[in-house]
Amino acid sequence: MPELLRPERPVGIVGYGAYVPRYRLPAKEIARIWTQGRGGLPIEEKAVPGLDEDTITISIEAARNALARAGIDAELLRAVWVGSESHPYAVKPSSTIVAEALGATPFTQAGDWEFACKAGTEAMVAAFGLIGSGMADYALAIGADTAQGRPGDALEYTAAAGGAAFIIGPAEESLAVLLGTLSYVTDTPDFWRRAQQPYPEHGMRFTGEPAYFQHIGSAARAFLEATNTTPQDYTYAIFHQPNAKFPQRIAKQLGFTPEQIAPGLVVPTVGNTYSGSAILGLTATLDVAKPGDRILVVSFGSGAGSDAMAFEVTDLIEERRALAPATQDYIRRRTEIDYATYVRWRGKLVLK
Amino acid sequence: MDDIVITGIGFTPVGEHWEVSLRELATDAALKAMQESGGLRPQAVYVANQYAPVLSRQANVGVLVADFIGLHDVEAATVEAGGASGMMALRAAYLAVASGEADVALALGVEKSTDRVGPDVETALSVVLDADYEAEHGLTPAAQAALLMQRYIHEYNAERAAFAAFPVLAHRNAVGNPAAMFRRAIKESTYHRATMLSDPLNLFDAAPLADGAAAVLVARRSVLPPEMPQPLVRIAGFGIANDTLALHDRDDPLDFAAVRSSVESACKRANCSLEEVDFFELYDAFSIYVPLILEAAGFAPRGEGWKMGQDGSLELDGKLPILTMGGLKARGNPGGATGLYQVAEAVMQLRGQAGDNQIPNARRALVQSLSGPASLAATTILEPAP
Amino acid sequence: MDISRHWRNRKQRYRLVGEVCPHCGAKLFPPRDVCPHCGMEAKTVETLVGTGTVYAFTTVRQAPSDFAEQSPYVVALISLDDGPMLTAQLTDLGDVEPYVGMRVEMVTRKLRNADDERGLIIYGYKFRPVLERALA
Ligand SMILES: [Zn+2]
Repeated sequence: MPELLRPERPVGIVGYGAYVPRYRLPAKEIARIWTQGRGGLPIEEKAVPGLDEDTITISIEAARNALARAGIDAELLRAVWVGSESHPYAVKPSSTIVAEALGATPFTQAGDWEFACKAGTEAMVAAFGLIGSGMADYALAIGADTAQGRPGDALEYTAAAGGAAFIIGPAEESLAVLLGTLSYVTDTPDFWRRAQQPYPEHGMRFTGEPAYFQHIGSAARAFLEATNTTPQDYTYAIFHQPNAKFPQRIAKQLGFTPEQIAPGLVVPTVGNTYSGSAILGLTATLDVAKPGDRILVVSFGSGAGSDAMAFEVTDLIEERRALAPATQDYIRRRTEIDYATYVRWRGKLVLK
Repeated sequence: MDDIVITGIGFTPVGEHWEVSLRELATDAALKAMQESGGLRPQAVYVANQYAPVLSRQANVGVLVADFIGLHDVEAATVEAGGASGMMALRAAYLAVASGEADVALALGVEKSTDRVGPDVETALSVVLDADYEAEHGLTPAAQAALLMQRYIHEYNAERAAFAAFPVLAHRNAVGNPAAMFRRAIKESTYHRATMLSDPLNLFDAAPLADGAAAVLVARRSVLPPEMPQPLVRIAGFGIANDTLALHDRDDPLDFAAVRSSVESACKRANCSLEEVDFFELYDAFSIYVPLILEAAGFAPRGEGWKMGQDGSLELDGKLPILTMGGLKARGNPGGATGLYQVAEAVMQLRGQAGDNQIPNARRALVQSLSGPASLAATTILEPAP
Repeated sequence: MDISRHWRNRKQRYRLVGEVCPHCGAKLFPPRDVCPHCGMEAKTVETLVGTGTVYAFTTVRQAPSDFAEQSPYVVALISLDDGPMLTAQLTDLGDVEPYVGMRVEMVTRKLRNADDERGLIIYGYKFRPVLERALA
């Protein structure tokens, strides 16, 4: 039985922030183009970034929201880590730009993380270690993406943009204290994108059982066992949400109720924000959580792996919640666009 | 003090001269001005140009032009002050002869805007803005004028339709100017149908960038022979004032403060009042500039300059004719040359050579060029030499 | 490539780092080192709050080549609550019609691609309608 990862010094989330772009592309609009509107739709609509948005700008706004809730000076951040599979530069860190925009430079770590859809939780776990070891007091972990699917591909319906940011710090300053974390990783080629290719390849039905369900299920079960807890010990749970169906099915398989996953299930109206996916569910859940609530989060990244982690919400949530926009504030702000606008904005038109 | 006089003017037609180069345009204008002056040769040449470094990949235009008009061993330099470049070249020539450093000086303006076409031209035009804090945010000179226009309409409840009066007037006056780019009158309905450039500013609210060259030869009266080929026009005074380069740095963007102070100091130097000005060649790069200039100069109360377009007072037979040969809008706006076209047109009026557009008994001209939204206002007052 | 020009301005561009005049207290943006209000030296760094009101706006329909791929876009003069006025694009308008007096807040966005897709991405301030919040 694997042992739980737990820091020497108790840590938690001091501030959190979300960001979802304004524009929405309904799944039925994609279906209009590619299937004459026939067939089932994996979600209602997905968030599409504006022409001037990318992983860096999404990260900046989510992080500003996290800083506002944490109420700390950006200069106190000793790490700015941005997890994404859509870093705007192939070579040049997103994190230095984000750090500069926040005012966290120059005495800070900065690094970009990549692990398909779980780069954000990967950065969080590293931050738990950095703070938990006593090396630093605050670290910023971000997961954000502006994911692309090949036009007409199943992924195009869900590949969305958004992100979430967390300032990890000492437990006594936290609005949610970390109970522990555990990761489960294998070499499973369910989804990949080669360098310089604009769109990813995926294993279609292979992405389900051997990938998503195997990794999330294994990580979650190991975590419950290692913590000697059951689904009933958690008020809420969030599982990586690539579409509406998968997180609901894995929740049921593990014994969680629809009510437990409801606040964090943002995928039907946001889409799969990849590195932001599970943790955008976490920000939406923190927006409604009460002191004493326990929240389980299990991310999934293709390739493949899952990070399971759980938090217990503290009294500080009440005073910090309103210091920045709620996840639902961004979701409520929506302007629908058509497929042609989407094609232009997402760089799918040949201009040169 | 000795009078500083304009002995000759010369200019090319304004338009798209695809087949003619920067140097050829300049040479044409310079030779005409020198010919009008009975062959006087300048010891100093100041060449106004705005865009040659970006549009024609040519800097050091002053030396180029002096060289190609056959002037060697003379002082030659480029003058650049945005849209006021031409007027500032005249200023340099004026100072050179007034100081006694030269007896005769040539102010020449030249622009070859058709050396490039398309969005690159918009990029070039934006170099007059604050590069880091205006142009880098996508602002263009037209967009900047549109911001002023929108705010003006908002603040003063001015009628949007009333702005038609200025381009309509400019086009009507250009009919009588053989050198104008657009020698045809336009209807108000044409104005209202024009393509939107930058809401609420449309194509007819913006003067077209064009090719052209204009030259003005100046000298101290005392060095001239008693008989000159053309009637002399005296530079009675200059007034030049700057404001912030960026529009956003103004406390009150709708106040063209530099216009006011440059007009006041020009009048003071020329020892005249605004009431004694017979016509006003103003800088109508955008239609919104017209009311803002009229107000700041003191011809209209704040917020009411737009009404002067409605009551006929700006027509050739009105109490303050403006844009008498078509202005920037219809004569065309050849960048660095524009100020010298304005001066040359005023000289024609004062000499009584304005043809169909002649203002009866024109004895005093107010001529003013601006760079940007009056970031610099350069004003001169011209009179027939006694 | 004009890397250094953009790099030099990163603090102003990314997060509205301006100045405050130590003599008269005026906030300055863009930073200009000599206070336009009292004429004294003003080099004290101060980050502005980033909220303001639209003074005027326009939709640019003939964009310079650097901005062609964004055309049409909206540029505005914004009166910042801190005092200074600045020029910036309005973004995230969606179906919202901007208006004179509209309340806006600063966001950091891509201003443009320098040169082409091989060049630097230039980030900087833009303003958007203030996000409506259920709590707050
Ligand atoms: Zn001061």
